Amino acid sequence: MARKNKKEAEEKQKKPLPLWIIYLLPSMLIFTLFVIYPFVKTIVTSFFATSNTGALTQMVGLSNYISLFTSETYLHSLGTTFLYTILTVPLTVVISLLLAVLSSSNLPGMGVFRTIFSSTMGISVAAGSVFWNLLFHPTAGLLNRVVQWFGGEPIGWLTDTNFAVYSIAAVSIWMNIGFSYLVLMGGLKNIDDSHYESVEIVGGGFFYRLRKVTIPLISPSLFFVVTISLINAFQSFGLIDMLTGGGPNNSTNLMVYKLYNDAFVNFRFGSASAQGIVLFILIFLISRLQTKLTERLVTYQ
Amino acid sequence: MSKIELRDLTKSYDGKVNILEKINLEVEEGEFYVLVGPSGCGKSTLLRVIAGLEKITDGTLKIDGKTANHMLPKDRSLSMVFQNYALYPHMTVKDNILFGLDVKKVPKEEQKRRLAEAAEMLGLTPYLKRKPRELSGGQRQRVALARSVCSQAPLCLMDEPLSNLDAKLRGQMRTEIRRLQKKLGLTVIYVTHDQVEAMTMGDRIMVLQGGKIQQTGTPLELYNEPANTFVAGFIGSPQMNLARARMTDMGLILNDSLLMPVSEEERGRLPQGGRWQIGVRAEQIELAAAGDPLAIPVRVVNTEMMGNETQVLFEVGKELFTARWTGQYLIEAGQDLAIRLSADSFHFFDEASGMLTRAALQIKGHAALTA
Amino acid sequence: MKKTQIAITYVILLIAAVFMCFPVLFSLSLSFSDLSDILRGDYIPDSLNWTNYVNAFNTQPLLHYMINSAITGVLSTTLQIIFALLAAYAIVFIPFRGKKIVFMIMMATMMIPGEVLVISNFQTIRSWNLLNTYAGLILPGLASTFGIFLFRQNMMQIPRELKEASTVVGISDFGFFIKVVAPMVKNTVVTLAIYFFLVSWNSYMWPLLSTTKDTVRTVQIGLRQLQNTEAVSDYGMMAAGAMITSLPTLLLIFFGQKRLQEGMTKGALK
Repeated sequence: MARKNKKEAEEKQKKPLPLWIIYLLPSMLIFTLFVIYPFVKTIVTSFFATSNTGALTQMVGLSNYISLFTSETYLHSLGTTFLYTILTVPLTVVISLLLAVLSSSNLPGMGVFRTIFSSTMGISVAAGSVFWNLLFHPTAGLLNRVVQWFGGEPIGWLTDTNFAVYSIAAVSIWMNIGFSYLVLMGGLKNIDDSHYESVEIVGGGFFYRLRKVTIPLISPSLFFVVTISLINAFQSFGLIDMLTGGGPNNSTNLMVYKLYNDAFVNFRFGSASAQGIVLFILIFLISRLQTKLTERLVTYQ
Repeated sequence: MSKIELRDLTKSYDGKVNILEKINLEVEEGEFYVLVGPSGCGKSTLLRVIAGLEKITDGTLKIDGKTANHMLPKDRSLSMVFQNYALYPHMTVKDNILFGLDVKKVPKEEQKRRLAEAAEMLGLTPYLKRKPRELSGGQRQRVALARSVCSQAPLCLMDEPLSNLDAKLRGQMRTEIRRLQKKLGLTVIYVTHDQVEAMTMGDRIMVLQGGKIQQTGTPLELYNEPANTFVAGFIGSPQMNLARARMTDMGLILNDSLLMPVSEEERGRLPQGGRWQIGVRAEQIELAAAGDPLAIPVRVVNTEMMGNETQVLFEVGKELFTARWTGQYLIEAGQDLAIRLSADSFHFFDEASGMLTRAALQIKGHAALTA
Repeated sequence: MKKTQIAITYVILLIAAVFMCFPVLFSLSLSFSDLSDILRGDYIPDSLNWTNYVNAFNTQPLLHYMINSAITGVLSTTLQIIFALLAAYAIVFIPFRGKKIVFMIMMATMMIPGEVLVISNFQTIRSWNLLNTYAGLILPGLASTFGIFLFRQNMMQIPRELKEASTVVGISDFGFFIKVVAPMVKNTVVTLAIYFFLVSWNSYMWPLLSTTKDTVRTVQIGLRQLQNTEAVSDYGMMAAGAMITSLPTLLLIFFGQKRLQEGMTKGALK
């Protein structure tokens, strides 16, 4: 017995750190320092007044939140974000789905279409903005030349409060089709041919097939795409920064752009943190909804 | 080279439920030892404990007389063959066979020699450059065996190695594994849920159920003298017919419904008591000759015609009994039939505990075997 | 399919393709045109005129930015993959108490948008004096939940027996990781490498915050500067700059589209 105990003691001495910790250490460190810590800190900061450098000066309770929800600018920003989301998400998903369904066959040339439709995933926000800026340009841009050619007045695509948010939404749809298309295409590829064959046997047409087979069977991918698109819409920053700077007259001042400005231009870290938490809650709710819906659908099937 | 001894070995994951309880076992050098039991009985866990893949909760494991409880798997000089073959899909057949020899610092020349030998032995020479996915199930199985052969470990642990193969191939591989084992003088501990494999391959067999040993012995010992109703029902195909029996003046009554006349001599050879569980092998149930006074009428529920033999199913109370007769009998379901049963061919088990109280006195074919 | 159906399919796809390509093709065209032609509305160049590209490289240190982006991309991609591989390996193959909780916490962090973290991370990086360094650029993004998740999915397909067979012959945990697990998940490595590089190359907000000097500034922020400088009215040059910036990732998409699609599907169908 004594010998056995000694052996066990030796074994314990030989192991300074459990194996799993060593493997998990890099990720855990990064998570702790750059996800968990800042998250907690943002929550804390949202209840404080801060100095210009971000130091906490005084506990203010909910007043950051209260002033947010009584601030016209913020409510307007929220409203614009919702409008922008409603403009972009459904269109992105529907267009991507349609393109994916149409290009999923084995007809010649589909490979080219697939590459084209997924290509915007390879285009950065900055580059995409430049491309569209050239189209939107009030004098040299193509769009206004077309408008004028038809005899219309030049439009301030990015400078007119009536147009700016729609213009940005158009760019966003264009940019996001690449990713949505890619995911939906992958979902379609996973559908077994036998499902389509059975529709052929009952003689269903294109829309019957879409409704009865394709959409139900790719619904997990579809939910995923919808959720990611929603989250992306709420997080839009680059396009605004590149194209409008939130203007004109705050008409494109989306949530995250406002957050960024409040934090890094106005140095109002408390308020910016509160905005971050509101954003988090919104995104959290969307994610939960997706999980719930997916679960229900998957079990239903 | 390798002798395995287990003393009161117990394994538990949570400290409450014992997956294995007080297992005692001795495997001799060069023996082919089979662990058999239904799934979840602990047989694979026992094998993995011997391999060192699971820690021992209590008791001792000795390999060649040395306590090996804390020995690392690699120091136990054993090889292992898995149910899914454990082939590395990204490596060629050759690299799969030689897997691990580098770690053991076997020189390249020696590796080459062993590879050639093992590949030749198992007919894999043409496939050495292929990847596992380009092989058939049987070939993959051979690669796993070749790996074991190449390791030159004196002890080989096999965990259901044939259960992923189709029936025909399984039969072939049974013979092949047995031949290989004899040729190399390996000690093999072989886990299976298939009692046919156990019976045909094992020198000795351990039947496990619920983490406890039910019986150990040679295949015939298990067949002829099952220690309890579990072993009786588990070993042999078709399954042994089991029924409740009680003695009355008129004879034995099976499952409260079938009256079976018992001769005076047979009556004298019954074990003590008046109530038992009895078991009778399908081949011990005979077709009664016309006018036999001891004939028992039964109604046929179904027949299974195999060509060389016929299995007839009939009801005894709520249970189905199977009789097996050599030859072709054209019997329809629903037909009435007269059969003959002898209490001498019954195994008697204690009614409550299911432990054997008297084994069958007559065993069909036994005489021929001992002659 | 009927012939008319096929025809309709092609027509729709063709129209969509034209719309999808148009902004890029238009810029490509402008990037080879003279400014005077553009202003006149003549968008189609007569010949390949590389002046705009030369100007783009001269106005801003675009080449330097591209090298920065490449270094950042390669570094962060490599490290993200290594970290995710290691973490997933521990989660799948090493038994330990609290494994489920660790994994759940990791997955839960996926719901925290990066914008919420950016304020505090900026302060952290600044206090470590890592602004305007590669380390500052890549550090906050090195732990990829998505990567860990995909690798875990992939590794769970590896039969436990492969690990046991390795243990029996005496191969260490790390040996098994290198010799067996890593090669077996190499498809996922490729998918994630494409994805991570794409994300890194195209990332916008964090580089904007964490680089204030040219030294490590990435090409996206370079493009932003190009647009905000006095050169803003040189449309041909702007187009050229955007084309240069997009070229590497577009090539990546052209060649890696299939891989990416398979990987994304796995992620979607969790």
